[in-house]
Amino acid sequence: MSVDMCVNIAGVEWKNPVTVASGTFGSGAEFSEFIDLNKLGAVTTKGVANIPWVGNPTPRVAETYGGMMNAVGLQNPGIDLFCERDIPFLKQYDTKIIVNVCGKSEEDYCEVAERLSGEPVDMLEINISCPNVKEGGIAFGQDPKAAESITKAVKKYAKQPVIMKLSPNVTCIPDMAKAVEAGGADAVSLINTLTGMKIDIHKRAFVLANKTGGVSGPAIHPIAVRMVYEAAHAVKVPVIGMGGISCAADAIEMLLAGAKAVSVGTANFHNPAVTIEIIDGIQEYMEKYGFKTVEDIQM
Amino acid sequence: MADNSRKKETAAIVSQEQLADGIFSMWLETEAAKEAGPGQFISMYTNDKSKLLPRPISICEIDKEHGRLRVVYRVTGEETGTKQFSQMGAGEKISIIGPLGNGFPYEKAEGKRAFLMGGGIGVPPVLELAKQMKCEKKQIIAGYRDAQTFLREEFERNGELYISTEDGSVGTKGNVLDAVAENSLQADIIFACGPAPMLRAIKKYAQETNTECYISLEERMACGIGACLGCICQSTKKDAHSNVHNKRICKDGPVFLSTEVEI
Repeated sequence: MSVDMCVNIAGVEWKNPVTVASGTFGSGAEFSEFIDLNKLGAVTTKGVANIPWVGNPTPRVAETYGGMMNAVGLQNPGIDLFCERDIPFLKQYDTKIIVNVCGKSEEDYCEVAERLSGEPVDMLEINISCPNVKEGGIAFGQDPKAAESITKAVKKYAKQPVIMKLSPNVTCIPDMAKAVEAGGADAVSLINTLTGMKIDIHKRAFVLANKTGGVSGPAIHPIAVRMVYEAAHAVKVPVIGMGGISCAADAIEMLLAGAKAVSVGTANFHNPAVTIEIIDGIQEYMEKYGFKTVEDIQM
Repeated sequence: MADNSRKKETAAIVSQEQLADGIFSMWLETEAAKEAGPGQFISMYTNDKSKLLPRPISICEIDKEHGRLRVVYRVTGEETGTKQFSQMGAGEKISIIGPLGNGFPYEKAEGKRAFLMGGGIGVPPVLELAKQMKCEKKQIIAGYRDAQTFLREEFERNGELYISTEDGSVGTKGNVLDAVAENSLQADIIFACGPAPMLRAIKKYAQETNTECYISLEERMACGIGACLGCICQSTKKDAHSNVHNKRICKDGPVFLSTEVEI
């Protein structure tokens, strides 16, 4: 039986429901040595701002039980070099391009969205949920009014469909999803990392230079499934589910929770070919249970 | 477009032995041996699902003929990935990616008097460097904590060996630069791997003596392939890839010209 893996996310047709989580995949160049990027539903780039950002001091990463923490701090080369180098690189491949956008102020986000409006990219993902930068980012991601307002602002400049990436570090995720939907978001993605902390008991010091960092990986998967379920049942726009997906079963679980597509993040560090294995695994699952389309999987 | 031929592979452990307190030597049968050079590293993965990230371990020796790599590594504590590696034996399988990183530009030493400096767990990569390097005067300076001078015989077979120990039990008491001073050694080019304070001192020495110097840095890594930006160091000039004053240790390094990085 042949299965149709295509999904339509806010009017953009992906060849399958699998992309990568922003920040875990650069702009694809490094992973292209390991996998065929043509096979991905979409590539989601690392966050890019209006100007280059230097990021946080090291150590920026630490392993945790069944996961990791990072406080990279959105180091990025800035939109000019990104447009000159990263977009042409990705255009060589037959996959959708989702550009993750970060900023410190509403103007920053809008400037990048406007700049990208003339570029051959398919979707924008607006990062209002990074826990590792002091200004911007999370400031917009923990207050429904601020989230709605930044969504409205970005939508004025964006030509491509806008995905708002939500933080799990909130009291009520449905309120956040509804707020960005009210602001005009075309899709919602979640979850970003959970804020954590790790202390070295021998050095009696914080492991990360930033003290706190975003926890990701399989350890947070059940939290992500619950939040994706809650968000998907709160809004009509499609939800892209992520958080600790490390195998096809995790991805399918996320689809059953209500996600229309999934992003694979930290698992890329454990196995650079994991995305391909997940795509193949979803296809096998569909064949086994006789699902003709990805939507058929859903409860 | 890249040919996406790289992969995480399953390597077979050929042998494992303990060289000193907490220091282990493992020979691996691996495809990574084909392309590997001195100063590069491999990412080693545990079989423990609670430990996701690879451990970046420097390559100590390369046997291309038999397709084997040797890693000499330190067990960093109880319940660690390196502890798990140390408990594995011949015939067991281990997942790795490699070779990774740029490696030492050892061809630059040709016709020159060289220092090959290693300190602590930065000693092992100096062995393959010593084996492959062709130069006028090969001065290996190895710094240890105490009399457990692992790899000593191998170094003696591959160059003039000078040893420093922190406790003074063997060679010069102090660090590798103390050994340089005590033996009145001179070099036109330096290659070094070791802890940050040692590399900082060597960078300064190179600057003062106007000597070309390459240092191998380390930092906590996540992906090991240049994508996550976890393991950056500061560069003196704006870096072409990052577009800021950051270089990726795993991809742009781990070996850098000492004048191009701030440490």
